Amino acid sequence: MILHTIFFYLFSGITIASALMVISSRNPVHSVLFLILAFFNAAGLFVMLGAEFLAMMLVVVYVGAVAVLFLFVVMMLDVDFTELRQGFLQYLPVGGLIGVVLLAELLIVLSGWAFAPNVAGNPVQPIPDMAQISNTEAIGRLLYTHYIFFFQTAGFVLLVAMIGAIVLTLRHKPRVKRQNIADQVGRTQIVELHSVEPGKGI
Amino acid sequence: MNGFVENYLIPGAIIVGQSLLVLVLLLVFIAYVLLADRKIWAAVQMRRGPNVVGAFGLFQSFADLLKFMLKEPIIPSGSNKGIFLMAPLVTVTLALAGWAVIPFNAGWVIANINVGVLYLLAISSLGVYGVIMGGWASNSKYPFLSSLRAAAQMVSYEVSIGFVIVTVLLCVGSLNLSDIVLSQQTGLGTKLGLPGSFLDWYWLALLPMFVIFFISALAETNRPPFDLAEAESELVAGFMSEYGSTPYMMFMLGEYASICLMCAMTTILFLGGWLPPVDIAPFNWVPGIVWFVLKGSMVFFMFSMVKAFVPRYRYDQLMRLGWKVFLPISLGMVVLVAAVLQTMGWAP
Repeated sequence: MILHTIFFYLFSGITIASALMVISSRNPVHSVLFLILAFFNAAGLFVMLGAEFLAMMLVVVYVGAVAVLFLFVVMMLDVDFTELRQGFLQYLPVGGLIGVVLLAELLIVLSGWAFAPNVAGNPVQPIPDMAQISNTEAIGRLLYTHYIFFFQTAGFVLLVAMIGAIVLTLRHKPRVKRQNIADQVGRTQIVELHSVEPGKGI
Repeated sequence: MNGFVENYLIPGAIIVGQSLLVLVLLLVFIAYVLLADRKIWAAVQMRRGPNVVGAFGLFQSFADLLKFMLKEPIIPSGSNKGIFLMAPLVTVTLALAGWAVIPFNAGWVIANINVGVLYLLAISSLGVYGVIMGGWASNSKYPFLSSLRAAAQMVSYEVSIGFVIVTVLLCVGSLNLSDIVLSQQTGLGTKLGLPGSFLDWYWLALLPMFVIFFISALAETNRPPFDLAEAESELVAGFMSEYGSTPYMMFMLGEYASICLMCAMTTILFLGGWLPPVDIAPFNWVPGIVWFVLKGSMVFFMFSMVKAFVPRYRYDQLMRLGWKVFLPISLGMVVLVAAVLQTMGWAP
């Protein structure tokens, strides 16, 4: 258990430290890289909880795809961040107030939080024996049977959001020439392939 | 401290020993893979290739290693030094970390984890960070353009690789890499009346996915014809332009380690891993590791041949292939395979 404890404090310590660096580092690209480090260590914590599927999903989805796009955008931004920091003192009271409100709410929730007395006795599905099936399979069985409609709805919401983003940004400029692969391959008059026999020519 | 030695020290020492063994053998293997790549490329172009250091140039890679290590490392003054030096380290570490879950033979695996395939997918999708960080930290135009290209390209092809893996997983019913290999003992070949043969492996049953996976693996590892990230005719040397000596060598090492990882992954997912091609006398005497290495080398030979004779894609064609051809086909195949498995009652 001692090794377990050491790794827990290692992962959680790095997660918190890199989360602090995300909001305090001056360079936005460094912020995103620290965010990735935080994701990684959170994945480590998931592995220690025995939730290896969630850990891998966190790495594949957030680190492998979402954070790449963050980095992509942040690297291309040409923002003068010293200028953005000019109004720091001006916005401090409002920001500080919001922070205090959030902290108070979190404290209230965390201190008053408890399981309802009857909830542990009657879960929606019987909790499977983890020695029998892996937790990937357990999640799959629950997600694709009992929660299938929520799962599908979530998928549709994402699809609608994606289509919305495409519709908002797609515009066909009249003078842009596009390559039509089918037309190009199907043409015969302009370019043709001939198998030429040696010494004869076409 | 009761039980510290037998619970932590001995298992820890065993894991470290196994990792070192795999690492050393892998690095030597990569040295010869690099040589093989150059030799094959040369043979296609009717050149001799490296043939001076050692017989047939067998020690060429080691000579290159010494050359890179003895050169002076140059860090551009305008670069972001920390990230500039971290980028090659990230590339190498990630490419080598993937080998922890590869089963070389029945039971020959360092970490036999339940989510092995997802781990490999995660590792290969992280490979892009080395490229992005290197390109950005160089603080130079061409490396930066290259890293933007690489980011878009690798994220695009990640999607179809994911769907290909999903199709294989539908047939296997497990995310464990050893289980994936073992489930290829019976399959299409058994149904055709040739049990335990190479027809059982998923390359035949899932042939379109095998082709898509191979091409996506080329794109994912930035190999020609998809090496848009280091297209020398457009971007000098891409994200590596500002690198020299040891950091450059580490980029090269990471690149070839991830190519070998992709070859191993293709072998495991589609070519039956360590299984012999025919399960009869002289073939199943050969140790599984030999078959594994042979199959992996065969896949690498295809990688190498593609590099030698396919011209580079244009960037918009690359994106079109990824999003408009591979994504619909692989998405359709996921639905089709799931439907066939369900209606025929073959689902595991």
